[in-house]
Order: sequence, then structure tokens, then C-alpha cells
Amino acid sequence: MSLFGPGHGACPGCGFPIAVREALDALDGKVIAVNATGCLEIVSSMYGRNTWGVPYIHSIFENSAAVAAGIEVALKALKRENEAHVVVFAGDGATFDIGIGTLSGMMDRNHNVIYICYDNEAYQNTGNQQSMATPMGAATTTTPVGKNMPGKMGRKKDMVEIAVAHGIPYAASASIAYPKDFNRKVKRASEIKGSKYIQVHCPCVTGWGIDGKLTVEVAKLAVETGLYPLVEYENGKLVRVRKLKKRKSVEEYLKIQRRFRHLFKHPMGKDVLEELQRIADENARKYGLDA
Amino acid sequence: MVKVKLYIGASSPAMTSEMKTGDWGTEWAFVDEEKCIGCGQCVTFCPEPCIELVEKEGRKVAVIDHDYCKGCWMCYTVCPVDAIRMETKEIYKLEVC
Ligand SMILES: Cc1ncc(C[n+]2csc(CCOP(=O)(O)OP(=O)(O)O)c2C)c(N)n1
Ligand code: SF4
Ligand code: SF4
Ligand SMILES: [Mg+2]
Repeated sequence: MSLFGPGHGACPGCGFPIAVREALDALDGKVIAVNATGCLEIVSSMYGRNTWGVPYIHSIFENSAAVAAGIEVALKALKRENEAHVVVFAGDGATFDIGIGTLSGMMDRNHNVIYICYDNEAYQNTGNQQSMATPMGAATTTTPVGKNMPGKMGRKKDMVEIAVAHGIPYAASASIAYPKDFNRKVKRASEIKGSKYIQVHCPCVTGWGIDGKLTVEVAKLAVETGLYPLVEYENGKLVRVRKLKKRKSVEEYLKIQRRFRHLFKHPMGKDVLEELQRIADENARKYGLDA
Repeated sequence: MVKVKLYIGASSPAMTSEMKTGDWGTEWAFVDEEKCIGCGQCVTFCPEPCIELVEKEGRKVAVIDHDYCKGCWMCYTVCPVDAIRMETKEIYKLEVC
């Protein structure tokens, strides 16, 4: 029996259910799940319609890390910490933006929690507003394309590096296009005591303007272009990266998504495309992506 | 001392299984059991999940539960041997006259 679903309300082709299931499987269902407000919570915790086969608590939007920290110390006080892993599932808005304070506190105190950010690169549940995880150039309802603006102006915040900077024992990025890799990372995280941060790239069909046919391909291209490098840190040291045999140009990734299509005709689009390629090149140098 | 039961909030099977989301889409996925090699790629990627590997005549094949298939095409795109086809549901087959 599946530990998550079926029958949940995620859009056809949504990426995050794959990640949630893979994480629960990796931990053999020995999980207490804490879930911040967002699409995942909305589609899985309707009254009388629970999707979860593990103990589950919906926190509010900004405090999932604090709630998880509380559960962890409560388990310790009851001497029952060996019964389950405390795992947070939170969106990028909940993680990069509104919940970064409580997450920082959790990592600062090094609570024994696996924090999984499912990164769909915007506030998707409220209809695609930008977050600090939204990539440069993406059109969202709060960064609409107009004469003076070719989508989001700033670049995506590097949350994995921010987690590493807290001195936590484990931080990694992953993608639903590589479920085995993600599964292994969750397992590895569960072997380590202290705070663990895993960020998993999960396409959103409506916000990104793709359909289910493209979900896996788009997620794969994000990795293969160097825009979403898959990296793994243990105790502040980069221990593993996914090498790329032949890195693809960022345009291959961008051109199949509605949120980026204006970049190919907007007068400022060329500059943004160049900047995005530069970011991918920078990632390749920084992590040694090119095999 | 009262012990708190840790399984509060969990349900097995999922209570959402009462929501037959298989009526959402206009298409359903079908497996060609002759072609299927039982690799399980579709099982891994189906977001519902509504595909299982089932033992049939001594080998494993993918079986899709149309009560929950949203017709998203994900299984179709990841199958390495093209064993999955998508078919428009009868009620959506319109005749143009
Ligand atoms: C304090 C607060 N502000 C705003 C909201 C409205 N809200 C609900 S979900 C959501 C977006 C969540 O975005 P993210 O964390 O990225 O998750 P996603 O929906 O993209 O999966 C917002 C703004 C809220 N619930 N609480
Ligand atoms: S809006 Fe996006 S993230 Fe939310 S359920 Fe639909 S596809 Fe998934
Ligand atoms: S079409 Fe989508 S929901 Fe239906 S079986 Fe395939 S992956 Fe699952
Ligand atoms: Mg989001």
C-alpha cells in the first residue's frame, strides 16, 4: 500500500507527489511528517480526506521548521526518538521566504530533522507569485512581462549554500527526474544526526506552463543545462556532484516553458538569456559539473 | 504514564482513495502487456500513484487503476519500450458533423 495517495488533488503531471512518495519509501514509512501550507498540504489534507499513510501535522506557512523542532525535542523527552524520523515537507515560498527565520533557528540549534524543500520555483498554490526560488526571467503574476520588465529581475537564491553556511551536517539538492538519487540522499540524511536540508526540484505544470508530457523532461533539462546542479555536502564539504557528459544550452530548457517564452522576443530578453547561461556556466565551474 | 500513539493522523489506505480522481482527465493510460518488461519506471514516476507491477503468467507487468489515472502522460514518457498508450475516454470522443 502506498504511503502517499492515491486520490490526492495535485494537478495531472505535478512533480512533487513523486518526491514525497520516494522520501517516505526511503525511510520505510518511519516518518512523522510536518507540512507547511502550500500546494502539497492543500491537495493532501482536506478534512476527512487524508492522503498520508504516516503521522502528519500541518503547521502554518512560516513555522514548519519550528514545529518539527518541537516534535523532535518532545520525542527526546519521551525517550521515543528512535521510533520515527521527523521530516518537514515545505514549498520554496515556505522555505526560501516566509519560513527562513524558523528554518535558520532549527539549523542553528541543529535539531535532528530532515527538512525537505519541494522547489516548484514560485508560490504555486496561490497562482504563481514569485518567490526567491523563482529563476531570473520567469513570468509570474507578481513579475509580469511588460515593456520595461522581462519577468523576474533578480536571480534565484542559493538556499543550499545558505543551509551549508549554518554548519549543518548534511545539505543536498535533488530532482524528481532522478528519483533513485533523491532516494539515496534521503537515506543518507537519515543516517546522520542533526539538521539535514534537501531541496528537490519539482516542476509545476500550471505555473511553468508545461503539460504532464514534459514534467520529467523539463526537470531533467534543468539539471543537464547546469541551471539546477545536483550537489551534496557533508559537514560543509562538497562530497558529490552529478557530472554532465555534454552540458546543454540553457535555451533548450527555457524554450519549452510558457513562463520563459517571452525571453525569445522581448527586447531585454537576450540579456536575460545571456545572464542565465552565465549562471549555468558559473555553476559548472563552481561544482566541476562538466565531465 | 499515558503513551501517546504516534500513528494518529495516519490512514491506511489513504482516505483520499475515496476520491476517484480517475474522472479528472480526458484520457487514460493503457499498458500493452506483451511489450511491458516490468521495469517499474512508470510505477516510480506516476504521481498518483495508480500503477502497480503485478505477477502475470510468471512475469511482472504494469497494471493501471483507472479509478485514479488522471491521464497526465507521465508514464507514457518514461516507459523505455513504448508499452503505454494514451486513449481518449469514450465520453470525450466527439463526432464532428
Ligand atoms: C502567513 C500566510 N501568508 C499567506 C498565505 C497564503 N498562501 C497559502 S499557500 C501560499 C503559497 C505557498 O508557496 P510555496 O511554499 O512555494 O508552496 P507551493 O504552493 O508552491 O507548493 C500562500 C502565499 C498563508 N497561508 N499564510
Ligand atoms: S499548481 Fe503546480 S505545484 Fe500545485 S498541484 Fe498543480 S502542478 Fe502541482
Ligand atoms: S497517465 Fe499519469 S496518472 Fe495515469 S497511469 Fe500514467 S502516470 Fe499515472
Ligand atoms: Mg512553491
